[in-house]
Amino acid sequence: MLKQTEGSHAVAEAVGLCRPEVICAYPISPQTHIVEGLGEMVKGGEIENCEFINVESEFAAMSVAIGSSATGARTYTATASQGILFMAEAVYNASGLGLPIVMTVANRAIGAPINIWNDHTDALSQRDSGWIQLFAETNQEALDLHIQAFKLAEEVSLPVMVCMDGFILTHAYERVDVPTQEQVDAFLPPYEPRQVLDPTEPVSIGAMVGPEAFSEVRYLAHAKQMQALERIPQLAEQFKTIFGRDSGGLTHSYLTEDAETIVVAMGSVLGTIKDTVDDMRAAGEKIGVLGITSYRPFPIDSVRAALQNAQRVVVLEKSLAVGIGGVVSTDVRMAMSGLQLHGHTVVAGLGGRAITRKSLHALFSKAARGELGHLTFLDLDWNVVNKQLERERTTRRSGPAAESMLRDIGVVATGIV
Amino acid sequence: MSFQPVHFYQTGTFTVGNRLLAEEERSVQANMERTNSLNSGHRACQGCGEALGARYAIDAAMKAASGRLIAANATGCLEVFSTPYPETSWQIPWIHSLFGNTAAVATGIAAAIKVKRKKGQMGDVRVVAQGGDGGTTDIGFGCLSGMFERNDDVLYICYDNGGYMNTGVQRSSATPPAARTATTMPVGPEPGNAFGQGKFVPLIAMAHEIPYVATATVADLRDLEYKVTKAMGIRGARYIHILVPCPLGWGAASEDTIKLARLAKETGIFPVFEAERGDLTSSLKIRRQQPVEEYLKLQKRYAHLFGKKPAVETIARLQAAADKNIRRYGLLDEEAN
Amino acid sequence: MEKPFAITLDPGSSLANHTGSWRTSRPVYLDRLPPCNKQCPAGEDIQGWLFHAESGDYESAWRHLTKDNPFPAIMGRVCYHTCEGACNRGQLDAPVGINSVEHFLGDEALKQGWKLTPPATESGKHVLVVGAGPSGMSAAYHLRRLGHSVTLYEAGPLLGGMMRFGIPKYRLPRDILEAEMQRVVDLGVTVKLNSKVDNILTTMTEGKFDAAFLAVGAHIGKRATIPAGDAAKIIDAISLLRSMEGEDKPLLGRRVVVYGGGNTAIDVARTAKRMGAEPLIVYRRTREKMPAHDFELEEALQEGIMVKWLSTIKQAHESSLTIEKMALDSKGFPQPTGEFETIEADSLVLALGQDVDLGLLEGVPGLKVIDGVVEVGANMMTGHPGIFAGGDMVPAERNVTVGIGHGKQAARHIDGWLRGEQYFPPVQREVATFEKLNTWYYADAPKTVRPMLDIIRRQSTFDEVQGGLDESNALFEARRCLSCGNCFECDNCYGVCPDNAVIKLGPGKRFEFNYDYCKGCGMCVAECPCGAIKMEAEEI
Repeated sequence: MLKQTEGSHAVAEAVGLCRPEVICAYPISPQTHIVEGLGEMVKGGEIENCEFINVESEFAAMSVAIGSSATGARTYTATASQGILFMAEAVYNASGLGLPIVMTVANRAIGAPINIWNDHTDALSQRDSGWIQLFAETNQEALDLHIQAFKLAEEVSLPVMVCMDGFILTHAYERVDVPTQEQVDAFLPPYEPRQVLDPTEPVSIGAMVGPEAFSEVRYLAHAKQMQALERIPQLAEQFKTIFGRDSGGLTHSYLTEDAETIVVAMGSVLGTIKDTVDDMRAAGEKIGVLGITSYRPFPIDSVRAALQNAQRVVVLEKSLAVGIGGVVSTDVRMAMSGLQLHGHTVVAGLGGRAITRKSLHALFSKAARGELGHLTFLDLDWNVVNKQLERERTTRRSGPAAESMLRDIGVVATGIV
Repeated sequence: MSFQPVHFYQTGTFTVGNRLLAEEERSVQANMERTNSLNSGHRACQGCGEALGARYAIDAAMKAASGRLIAANATGCLEVFSTPYPETSWQIPWIHSLFGNTAAVATGIAAAIKVKRKKGQMGDVRVVAQGGDGGTTDIGFGCLSGMFERNDDVLYICYDNGGYMNTGVQRSSATPPAARTATTMPVGPEPGNAFGQGKFVPLIAMAHEIPYVATATVADLRDLEYKVTKAMGIRGARYIHILVPCPLGWGAASEDTIKLARLAKETGIFPVFEAERGDLTSSLKIRRQQPVEEYLKLQKRYAHLFGKKPAVETIARLQAAADKNIRRYGLLDEEAN
Repeated sequence: MEKPFAITLDPGSSLANHTGSWRTSRPVYLDRLPPCNKQCPAGEDIQGWLFHAESGDYESAWRHLTKDNPFPAIMGRVCYHTCEGACNRGQLDAPVGINSVEHFLGDEALKQGWKLTPPATESGKHVLVVGAGPSGMSAAYHLRRLGHSVTLYEAGPLLGGMMRFGIPKYRLPRDILEAEMQRVVDLGVTVKLNSKVDNILTTMTEGKFDAAFLAVGAHIGKRATIPAGDAAKIIDAISLLRSMEGEDKPLLGRRVVVYGGGNTAIDVARTAKRMGAEPLIVYRRTREKMPAHDFELEEALQEGIMVKWLSTIKQAHESSLTIEKMALDSKGFPQPTGEFETIEADSLVLALGQDVDLGLLEGVPGLKVIDGVVEVGANMMTGHPGIFAGGDMVPAERNVTVGIGHGKQAARHIDGWLRGEQYFPPVQREVATFEKLNTWYYADAPKTVRPMLDIIRRQSTFDEVQGGLDESNALFEARRCLSCGNCFECDNCYGVCPDNAVIKLGPGKRFEFNYDYCKGCGMCVAECPCGAIKMEAEEI
């Protein structure tokens, strides 16, 4: 059914259709609307046979999820930013124990400085946690990926993060096609756990494993992600047969066949990029886009296949690996190894900085001209940065950097922090 | 001539068993069919109080739950010595997740059970969470408090040995004053753990007004089993705090584990009581009162109090703390015995 | 369930890990000797029979008891129960009332008509027992149990010896005595009453006896050389007590003076009191030095009997006595002071001890008599092979319990001797001293006191002074037993083992250690209430 609705609410509806049995919620922007919606649906009886638990922290949220999933319940939670860091220990634990929890990450920057706006630093901080990480481009895809996520998680017995851009998607009202319960039921069978806490068949879950078997256990986690790599496209196919649309999969290519320049990105920014590419294509530029949906497992072969005929690759990412540059770029460049391509990393949109078509147009044109450096910070205000660097060079007690720079820009007084 | 009715065998209810009591009046531990939830072959130290306390408590819970029990376990000695790959000592469904999240994991288990029961996919299964004092009073305290305030249907059992024994005997918020640990060494002007610090989680649990809070020791098995059984008969959040002496961390002889637990109670150092909805409802009376020295001198962690120049003032402060417990919890009963 | 590798494990699989290899010392179960058993002159397994009594199985208790002593009803009344003095519970609150439980069991057996167990097979040997006192009757019983034929010669007209002629009926009612004697006779003992053995060798030859046990007792009252007028009425205590059993009660008059400080003196004084007299005991030393048991003296004093301490009788007249006051010297011996007084007395009873009539032993080769008693070896045999002796006629403390013990020991040695073997009594086990116990586990339970007969009735009748416990009290009292040194299946070891390394074998079967898992922590030893486990160094 087509609806004009908020992204968060669309996701909440999708999760509800997946017949979750335990949902744990701890408020953190910008994921709050999702669990608020779910809470209301559970309390109001729209979602039957489900426990909605208001926990005291994200750490508890993931821990409750671990307990319920290990007891055979389909389990869901959502978080963002500081929240995912606060639950990090449990995030690793959930995947280590092979528990198919589905969690929405409404992507948001990580402080300090505290910032509630969107970038991908939060989810990417957990890239090695063992979770499957899927990135949604649109609200429709966010909705669809949640349905696929439960099926994928439970099949391979690994937890799945569905990442969607905070505010940009979560708070955006768009038209989405909300599937029927029958469609979802046809796609997603009841949860059949691989291991479960059951008095009729007692097992100990979570043993201490020493050097004699630890590597094997870790390898098996890797092997499961490799299985997921195969299953993700198959599930997207299945999904299409039931729901009638393309959603999910490992990557999405847009005008890449003859492209000399290919822009690689994840999430909602792909929309802006595609618009820019359309403009540039109209101007005769051979440029295309590769969207990565499955960041973990990382589809090396698929990425490589998409890029191998291009001359240059621009990875535009909403994350920064401080001290080196890109996070996604590192993985893309691994996929490119051996290919004679020019690689560029562009760090953009940190902490909610708008990524405009204008800026992108200039950026891509520069890249096409071969003038783009290895690492670029899109729309960086060098004036502010240089001022602060100068201040720090000359004054020992230069004060808090963020606050000083905001004063330079003149927004402190306005109170928009 | 006064008539004295025969209540008990010569040992009263103090021993584990009693061949002359009716079967149903005997302790769970006396039963040949007890679950041995924590099986032989575990790697706890000789005379481990926690291994003993865990079997006492979980066997009793298993009996109360007719064998339908799931346990969540915090990281710590109990977890490490019971489940090193490739063997586990647990005979019940058991999960270890992390050090600080056990109460929350148990909440998740309870929630899953509730849903599964509603769906008719599962009968009644009860949930126990367990951890040491570090995993309970320190790192796991947030999750514990959350579980309490939501009144989740979980019995949380803390095995308190007064320190981080698994990591090499460091101080926890349950380490008693003056005790030596690896991080409160007996050096400087105030040797051992500081006075005026630490917390007694049973009281904090009571402040949550949960249905049931109790303390117990491994020295009073019947009392411990009574409390676990009582707790299992109640729905909602319940907390039992069991004192389990640690021969390694306390520097005590392995055969003195129960003796030390008994002395902790008999001196008043560890008050044994129960509370419902925040109100103290009963306390286990001291039977043969002892001065705190009797308890302290058996433990090397207090050895610095008994050197050539005994730390009379420190001992007096510890005695005063015990006396305060005696007053506060009504541990002495002049009439009863 | 297809379990994930390594992180998920099968239940209880740690049994594969044998932690017993950590052990440097191991616990072992043992039965230590309870101090009561050690103390008992009759060699009763007191803890053993109390164990049965605790469960209310009085017949088993009685059968266990009578393996050693066939006279619990008598013992329950006249035994001086030194076991209670040794009882570890005395250091906790008050000793277990062993004697009162024995009293109850003895009476219960008589009430229920329980019979002693006859021998399974007959040995074909024939043993002569001389004397039907406690020692002789005990020997007869034990010899019968061992399958030997027994013929008992008794000089007097009735069975019981000193139990009848030396113990007043207010302490031992005669129906009780007779019932317990008869129960032994019923085992098939041939009894010849009024049959004094004048020469033991002749009797043995004539009767073709294979061995003999002599227990003729000591019943000749010692006479002190007290100058006395012709009219003075002087009688010895044993004769007096014996005459109490006959038809003609002795005429003692109102003012009866009893001379002596032993239990017999007390018995005589209390007997006289019951005959309407006003007895006065004259004793040369102080109360502290008096050989009589203090509880007996106390009972006597309660009944209104007077004692004149530190006094000797110098002369007896028709109706008075001259007494000299004594004083204790630095060594505690009484010394004359030269101070005299006269007290009124209608009769004087001498309770100064007894001698043995050794007439039957004249001419027996190898036999040795020292200080009026017969020497015997550790095996109770006299210097003459095949002739054994016990009771008051051998050097030992003279009381009923000791006599009964002699009878038992002699019977076992005779049995060995008859089979041409030497009987070795079991090696004495290490004693379960108080320090071996963990008394925390015993409930606080004060001693149950047997009811005492009303004081007026005690002063005027020969009714039994000390009554018995009723069933519930006897049970309570039995359950006060700490079971020192002997497992009573309290399950403590089974419960307190942190490694579940104690195997419970089931009711009555006790426990076993599972050394595969026992780490040797020693908690079972520390927490065993009764000291029935010990640690032994592991051989490494």
